[in-house]
Formats: sequence, C-alpha cells, structure tokens
Amino acid sequence: MLCRSDPITLRLVFDAFLGVQVALGFSFCYYIFLPDLPSLPRRPSALPSRSVAGRRNEPILAQSRMSRRYDSRTTIFSPEGRLYQVEYAMEAIGNAGAAIGILARDGVILVGEKKVTSKLLQTSRSTEKMYKIDDHLACAVAGIMSDANILINTARVQAQRYTFAYQEPMPVEQLVQSLCDTKQGYTQFGGLRPFGVSFLFAGWDKNYGFQLYMSDPSGNYSGWKAAAIGANNQAAQSMLKQDYKDDFTREEAVQLALKVLSKTMDSTSLTSEKLELAEIFVEPSGDVKYQVCKPELLEKLLVKHGVTQAATEST
Amino acid sequence: MECVFGLVGDGFALVAADTSAVHSILVHKSNEDKVMILDSHKLLGASGEAGDRVQFTEYIQKNVHLYEFRNGIPLTTAATANFTRGELALALRKNPYFVNILLAGYDKNIGPSLYYIDYIATLHKVDKGAFGYGSYFTLSMMDRHYKSGMSLEEAIDLVDKCIIEIRSRLVVAPPNFVIKIVDKDGAREYAWRESIKDAGVSAA
Repeated sequence: MLCRSDPITLRLVFDAFLGVQVALGFSFCYYIFLPDLPSLPRRPSALPSRSVAGRRNEPILAQSRMSRRYDSRTTIFSPEGRLYQVEYAMEAIGNAGAAIGILARDGVILVGEKKVTSKLLQTSRSTEKMYKIDDHLACAVAGIMSDANILINTARVQAQRYTFAYQEPMPVEQLVQSLCDTKQGYTQFGGLRPFGVSFLFAGWDKNYGFQLYMSDPSGNYSGWKAAAIGANNQAAQSMLKQDYKDDFTREEAVQLALKVLSKTMDSTSLTSEKLELAEIFVEPSGDVKYQVCKPELLEKLLVKHGVTQAATEST
Repeated sequence: MECVFGLVGDGFALVAADTSAVHSILVHKSNEDKVMILDSHKLLGASGEAGDRVQFTEYIQKNVHLYEFRNGIPLTTAATANFTRGELALALRKNPYFVNILLAGYDKNIGPSLYYIDYIATLHKVDKGAFGYGSYFTLSMMDRHYKSGMSLEEAIDLVDKCIIEIRSRLVVAPPNFVIKIVDKDGAREYAWRESIKDAGVSAA
C-alpha cells in the first residue's frame, strides 16, 4: 500500500484517512441511487447546483455529483480545483460579528462588533473579540470562538518562544505566518476540519513599524492598510477603500471605523455594549502599548462622531 | 596555546585570533582561521575543542542564514548572541560543546557590539574580551590601553601590542594571528600577523 512505503510519521493519519475514504466511497454509491438527502448541507449559489432531474431519480449530472462528493472532503480538490470545506469555513465567518482594522500614521486600531445574543448573557471579560498576543501585538477575531481560542493560545506560545530564544519581540509577520502555517495544515492533512476563523493582526516591530494583517481559514494572509472581516465585510471593505487616507491619525482612523461599522452593522444604532475598540501605539518612552477603550469613553466617542442617533437625540 | 580576543571601537568591532591548530605538543598547521564571518555584519571568534568549535560555529551560522532566508530580515547581533547562548545552555546538560565565543557585530541604529559567550552559556555584552591562555596577557593589556571610542588605527595598534605580549610572555606562543573587523560596510578580514609561513606541501 501507498502508506506502507511512506516513510513519514504521518503514516497513521494517512491510514485513518484512507479508511474514511473507503467508507465514504461505499456511502457515495448508495447515495447515487437514493433520492436527495435533505440533511446534506446547502452549497452557496456560486457552486454548481444540483439539477432538478436528479430529484426525479434521473441520472445526475456528472459535475454536480462530483462537487457533492468532494463537499465533505476537507483535503481533496474537487475536479474544478476547489476545496469546498475551506470555502464553507470562510462562509461561516461571513455570519460572525464584524471586525475592522485600520493602519494609521501613529498606530493601528481595531474595532469589533459584539453580537449580543441575549440580554441575560453575562460577559465575563471586557473584550471578547480582541486578544493581546504579546506586548507589541494583538488580534481581532471573526468566526468560531472555540477555534480561535486554540489559535490564540498557539500564537501566544509562539511569541513567548521567540522571545525566549532571541530576547527580542517577535516580528509581526513571522507570528502571522506561523499561525497561518497551522491553519494551512488543516486544509491538507486528512480527517480534520479547517479552523473557522479569520484574524486581523495589529502590531508594531522595529523593522517595519506598524502593521495590519488579515488571515483566513485557508492559511492565506496579507498585509493591509485597512481591512474588514466578518459580516458584511465586502461592503465595509469598499467603504474603507473609498475613505481611507494614508496620513490618518489614530483618531481619524477610529472615526472612519465607527462610521463604516455603523453603516454595515445590521442593528440600527451603535452602542458601546455592541462595540469594542483597541489601539496599538508607541508611547513617548518608546514602549509599544496595547490599549482597550473603556465603554464610557467609547460611548463619548460615538456621540462625538455622531454615529449614535439614539444617544444624541435623548440628551 | 589558544588566544582569541576582541574589542569595540568607534563605529566598528574587531576580533583577533591565533591561527594554530594543535593537538597535544604537536602543531598541525599555523593558518587555521578561527574567526568565522557569520553573515554580512557579524564575526564569530571561537576557541575550544577543535571539532566542537567547527561544528558549533557552523551550526550557528547555518541557523542564522536560515532565519534570514525565512524571514527576509537578518537577526540582530543581540538576538544572535542570545540564540547562541540558548543553544549552548541546551547542550550544557546533555552533550556540551566545549566552545568559547566572541561575537562581534554591527547593526543599523544600534552600532557595533561585542558579546562574550563561554561554554557554560554565560553571556555578557562587553567592550573588550578574551579567551584562552592568551587572555591572561591580552586582558591586562587591554585594561591598560583600551579606551572607549578608539579609532581603527589605535585599535589595531592595541591588537599588535597584545600580540607582541603573547609572543614574548606565553610559553609555546602561537606564531600567527588573524584580525577581522566589522563596521557599517560589513564584516571582513583586516590583516594577518605572521611570523612563520606554513611549509608548502611538495607534489605527491
């Protein structure tokens, strides 16, 4: 067998993986002769849709059959050259609360939308979308929080390992890359689903100064001047593109982020309970500082920039 | 008997070392280069067990190169020193390398620096340092004549004083020395101080 000759330690994984493939092969044969199974996930409309003919137990189109087959495989390319599970993971992030990051002249800002699912819910910590990874580096999350917690933990370990080895803070891009390597692994090695998380990383290092990166479940990352992830990210991204200026100060960046969020969020009025704001900047002493904006201050900012109609009208 | 020493001057750092490869009472060769050019702006002077010295310095060099290839930015001298110390500390309780290291480097925005790292994983940032039997003479020589912000000529003059002292005071003093410097233009060989030439090998 193939895996026998394979010298690498991944042998066990491959063994399990091949086993699953065989099992699925059988169930797949089954499936062709059975009518449509309602439990199977719906694909986004961009994917080749199942023909009506198929429902009437007529021969199914080869292409749609193939995409169904590769739907459940995280690590196998479909004949069109796509990894459906990875695309679905990205789709999942599109429903999560939005986060926006903007690079300014004197820092980086991150703004996130907290989804308030119930008013009975007690939030245990001040931030649920922003995480400090190291003194010079923080991230905003959109997607499945439980997945994100694992990755954030890995990121923190990586950052500390680096400081242990070199007695210097880890360069921002290196940390992003190491995390994306982990994410990438789940799109290639068998049997596991990818991480359903997108990140915005904001940080400062001595080589490249302030930086903002965005990463997705496929393990791709890229540097941005302004970026949006989560719900309505395309609308937010195009607004950012229109209004971004290279010489923004942090305050102007916050203003833009709040404006964009107020227009792309589903809820009608922005309040400080639904928002989080964090900034990374360099203090006059030369130390890098990560600062989370207090709710009271955030409320004042919202009023100042005129994005909360409710608050301004009532006062 | 081994002599490796170095110092920091105005805008540069230098490392000098004897070039004798000896075993017991026997001299194998007198043109063995013990100062490695680690990367474009770093020098690694090493003394200790000959095999360990070559193995360990190459290991460090290759890791420093790997870092630069992977990340597109070079390690700073301080980071390299800490990495080297870490590797020695890791090996110390398992399979120690018997290598003492003087690491000189030049970084943008920081300037020249010199690090003293010994085989028991001690790390010090120093202005002047030495290893080996030669250190008994070179350290006192440098204590007497070193001052901060020396020009290249003054520093080379001091190195020559040290070499003269070694040659006149040390039993079985090594005959030849190499001097390398690192400054904003990079790390390079500066000069040799030779009192004998290796006898040429006749054609077989």
